[in-house]
Amino acid sequence: MNEKIMIIPCSGIGKAFGTISRDATFLVVEDLRKGETDTICLSLLVMGDEEAREMVASQRCISVDGCPMECSKKNLEFSGARLAASFRVFDVVRGHRGLKPQGVTFLDEDGRKISEILAEKIASKVDELKKEGAQR
Amino acid sequence: MSPKIGVVSCSGECCVEGTVSRIATRYVLERLKPLNTVTICLPLFLSGDGGERTFTKNYPTIAVDGCDKRCAKKAIEKYSGKTANSIVVSELIEKWGEPKPVSRRELDKKGLELASRVAREIVSSMDGITEN
Repeated sequence: MNEKIMIIPCSGIGKAFGTISRDATFLVVEDLRKGETDTICLSLLVMGDEEAREMVASQRCISVDGCPMECSKKNLEFSGARLAASFRVFDVVRGHRGLKPQGVTFLDEDGRKISEILAEKIASKVDELKKEGAQR
Repeated sequence: MSPKIGVVSCSGECCVEGTVSRIATRYVLERLKPLNTVTICLPLFLSGDGGERTFTKNYPTIAVDGCDKRCAKKAIEKYSGKTANSIVVSELIEKWGEPKPVSRRELDKKGLELASRVAREIVSSMDGITEN
């Protein structure tokens, strides 16, 4: 089965954490697990687009949120998505106290490091989900 | 005193125009009109505690969309109220005859110049917007 796993970031625009959620998602989708994963616009789900709803309901999804508001996770739940895993940027930052990401428009060095760490975690989860899918 | 104006970008993960939309919005907030603008994360309209639904009542709002699906405009008007103005990046790119940037993750020099031009267009669209 060649089901792509959907990774949907919050893309929060007010803080660095939102930018990290977006950057880490693109790292996975365009590089680390290219071809095995994809993303869609969270805005499409917010406005209630039927095609987007069908897509997240039929494919396994991973939410990636910047802050505790968990907009991606909640919007996916509202949309009836097959939510298989959830990640939060602030959990990764908590685990790496030395890194203080700044910058919303452009990430600084610490922001990029957090993004890379998060992207690796998401990629590992993708592998796990793929393995589970293959065993079924 | 000028009113605070809301500038709300789509999340635009699907296409590079979404990245331009987001960066142009940040340029307006950080560089061009830092004292006169506010923003809100678009997905909060559906997942927030309800306070965000009054956003357009508190701030005349410009929607900045990457593509002609106009998710930002539609979501703002569905959950909060009528937008004061609307910008669609893909339409501007076509109108200006500019090449489309390549990477969604990171804009190159040309892409950043394009985002600056879109930001100036957002500022121009603020003319004539008055308090609600």
